[in-house]
Amino acid sequence: MTTLHVIAAVKAPVIDYKGISPLFAVAGGAVIVLLAALIRGRFAQRVLVPFLTVAALGAAIGLTIWNWHTGPSKPIIEGALSTDALALALSLLFYITGLATVAFAWRSIALREAGTGEFFGLMLGSIAGMVILASSENLVTLFVGIELLSIPLYVMCASEVRRATSLESGLKYLVIGSVGSATLLYGLALIYGATGATGFSAINHAIGTSVNITDPLLLTGIALAAAGLAFKASVAPFHAWTPDVYEGAPTPVTAFMAVATKTAAFAIILRLFDQALVTVQVQWAPALAALAVITIIVGNVGAIAQSSMKRMLAWSGVAQAGYMLAGVVVGTKLGLQATAFYLAVYLFMNLAAFGVVIARERVSEHGDGIKALEGLGGASPVLAWPMTIAMLSLAGFPATAGFIGKFYLISATVDGNWAWLGVMIVVGSMISLVYYLRVIAVMWMTPLRIELPGRPRRPGREVRPVAGWSPEADPIRQPEVLLVTLVMAAATIFFGIVPSPLFHLAHDVGNSLATLL
Amino acid sequence: MTIYLSIILFLPAAAGLLAMFVPRRLAGWTLVGGSVLALAYAIVMLARFKTGGGMQFVTDDNWISELGIRYSLGVDGLNLFLILLTTLLWVPASIAMALRDWDRPRLFAFFMGLGETAVLGAFMAQDLALFVVFFDLMLVPFYFLVGMWGGEDRVYATTKLVIYTLAGSLLMLAAAVALGVMSTPEGGHISFSFATLAHAHLSGGSQYWLFLLFAAAFLVKAPAFPLHGWMPDAYRQAPLPVILVFSAVVSKVGVYGFLRIVLPLLPQASVHFQELMLAIAVVSILYGSVLAFSQDDARLVLGYSSIAQLGFILLGIFSLDPKGGQGAVMQMFNHGLVVAPLFLIIGYLAVRAEGRESLDWMGGMAFRAPVLASVFLIVALATLAMPGSSNFIGELYILFGTFQSKIVYGLVASVGVVLASVYMIRFFQRAMHYRVGPHVESGDLALGPELGVIAPLVLIILALGVYPNFLLHRINAFAPATNQSLVALKR
Repeated sequence: MTTLHVIAAVKAPVIDYKGISPLFAVAGGAVIVLLAALIRGRFAQRVLVPFLTVAALGAAIGLTIWNWHTGPSKPIIEGALSTDALALALSLLFYITGLATVAFAWRSIALREAGTGEFFGLMLGSIAGMVILASSENLVTLFVGIELLSIPLYVMCASEVRRATSLESGLKYLVIGSVGSATLLYGLALIYGATGATGFSAINHAIGTSVNITDPLLLTGIALAAAGLAFKASVAPFHAWTPDVYEGAPTPVTAFMAVATKTAAFAIILRLFDQALVTVQVQWAPALAALAVITIIVGNVGAIAQSSMKRMLAWSGVAQAGYMLAGVVVGTKLGLQATAFYLAVYLFMNLAAFGVVIARERVSEHGDGIKALEGLGGASPVLAWPMTIAMLSLAGFPATAGFIGKFYLISATVDGNWAWLGVMIVVGSMISLVYYLRVIAVMWMTPLRIELPGRPRRPGREVRPVAGWSPEADPIRQPEVLLVTLVMAAATIFFGIVPSPLFHLAHDVGNSLATLL
Repeated sequence: MTIYLSIILFLPAAAGLLAMFVPRRLAGWTLVGGSVLALAYAIVMLARFKTGGGMQFVTDDNWISELGIRYSLGVDGLNLFLILLTTLLWVPASIAMALRDWDRPRLFAFFMGLGETAVLGAFMAQDLALFVVFFDLMLVPFYFLVGMWGGEDRVYATTKLVIYTLAGSLLMLAAAVALGVMSTPEGGHISFSFATLAHAHLSGGSQYWLFLLFAAAFLVKAPAFPLHGWMPDAYRQAPLPVILVFSAVVSKVGVYGFLRIVLPLLPQASVHFQELMLAIAVVSILYGSVLAFSQDDARLVLGYSSIAQLGFILLGIFSLDPKGGQGAVMQMFNHGLVVAPLFLIIGYLAVRAEGRESLDWMGGMAFRAPVLASVFLIVALATLAMPGSSNFIGELYILFGTFQSKIVYGLVASVGVVLASVYMIRFFQRAMHYRVGPHVESGDLALGPELGVIAPLVLIILALGVYPNFLLHRINAFAPATNQSLVALKR
């Protein structure tokens, strides 16, 4: 047999170009954005590049909807990538977060210092990594996805190049992220060693037949992979980097990380555990349940003492990751649906909160401190309301999407015979009231009242000051941030009262993993 | 199928929303308009209510079918008067609010309206999940109402209030979801409807822990003895119209939950924990009465007396006797009806005592304000359950029920009847007779606003004293099925 014959005998993987088109949109968008940014001039930098970024994300959203299908997954690149409702729905969340980040970053210092094209190009690259991660079909693409997601983020964290804390944040994230990646890679290698397969369905098949479910090699691999992914999802006790990195990174990047990265991490946790490793659920479920409990407690207790909004939201994000992990632990279709539902809800409420933090930190001398929100209810209700809604939703009050999300998660845990985990979610929510309500109290219930300079006093009413008030405090001056914030807050309320559209999505997602009951 | 209840339910919230967009001066009156209209609808409902006709004015629609949550409302002999009480007492509360000049009145009106809708929703809901939604939603408006318009320490008070009550509510959320999921047969569609859940028979063990979670939520709300820590702060700090409805109406939602949810759905656990609950009730009665006697702050006298009164209601419920239950429901209505005018009276007294609400600063007002004094006397006598008042009948039924099932608790609780007269008479004396307070101004009730608000309530108290059968006929605390299962279990 000649070499030619060998080459001819190798079957080239079948590529479904329709299926891969959203990925092309973001990856191609990244290249185009980088090239367009070479054009000098204010117009190109301020308008054209952000516009192209938005266009790429918009195209990706459109193509994702075009590709929408329910039922079992369809291969895109045989054996490497495939699409199903889980991948498609979560990619939509990445794109939406990307759009919000464009609005958040548009006036940021990071954009000026790092360069518009570089910043948005990296962001699109990171989103491409997330999409690959969410649709990966085997351990190798999983790792490619997670690295493509992470490396641009290390740079984005450090994109305020003249601020030491930003650089520190980037470096910290790089070091810890690399440790996480290495752990994950080690775990993946051991899983491969134990099962002899890299494809998720092949692993699942192998565990059912040729590999014993108590095989120590396999279990060590699972443990290491879980630890590596826990780093990414900031699950305790692998969360220690989260508050520092979140605080140091430019706030638009923090918002992006808090929402998109966490969603991506959960996408792969769901896929790895509920698809590839679902047959060994009895082995990993107690361990993950323990992680979930630790995460809920550590996150909520850690958030109490924070005076910086970004750190507080970081800790609260840790706690929320714990709630979602409970949905993974149960390993049922209902659990998958509830987790996917909660991820969508998590996006709305967090982006609303981050929008307000961004709008305030640009004008207040207190930066992202909780003090920057003092008296906001009287001075600028249009910012105070979204923050109030976000906090109520995060705490799980009814008439917000957060309540429905928690309800769904609890019913999934009870249904999967993990009722005590449901009670843990509830206990965590109780602790969380302390810090969520403090934010609301600061905005609406601060007693301080002085007259503002240069503002005519309205008859019969004194204006409450906003700490560090300045003329730009007017949210109208940042319409794009305000718009995103209001839309996200409105969505939080809307889906709290009419959750059916999200349920349909969650239902489709639930049908995508055939391995679950 | 009718939308009648939905109209009553959402009218107040709609009025509150409307109040956000009217001129500041009119915000309060918009709310008054909404609450009066809701009351009018509720009165028509009472007139059309068929005694003994089971669940009426039923609305039953899908809300979140994926979670099995239905938008299901209805009225029966258990919640009829509680709905009426809510709509009735929100009127004086909103008038009291409209009469005073508040900071940010539009927001105040909005939250008051939202609060009424949430309370009504909890009373009307015939679906466990819907009940939980409204039960938790109640906290949002009250959190803001106490926190934004309360006294000096309002933020501390409101945070404590919300953390206490929401801790209970969240436990109940877990319990409610668990109850729904565990009652669903394998492969069946999940449902939270009370009617469906009543047919599911859970094992004793599950019933026990579910019972404890529900009880935690309801006892905090009431408040009952060991879980009342939020009460003194909230009562002292809340603005008067808010504490009026909170004490008179919101506290009833908790005890109502026992009758609507715990007894019918968890009968085995109810019998199992009967003694525990009776003990809590009796301790609440004694503790509340003793502390009410020793308070100087007029609001706290009422606060602790409420603990005692709600102890009585709890006693009636957990006598697990139809008579006791009937007395309990009657007493829920009666207590709301007397506590609301008492809070109004505290407001009137404070106006005449330099704005202070301490008993030390009042006194000697009876001669200078005879109308106020007589109104106060009527209400005070009704509160201490004087024979001839509807409260007397209510307490009598409760004690009858208790004597029939657990005579020891009944005997101890009877002491509470005596103690009630001790603290109420002390309250009346210190405020009305006694030494004249240092800065007391004389001046009787103003004919227009003050008497106009309180007189209708006093007239209702008097009328019910004459004809308590009006309540007794229509009240039906236990559904026949519940009663049967309780009787069967007790044997």
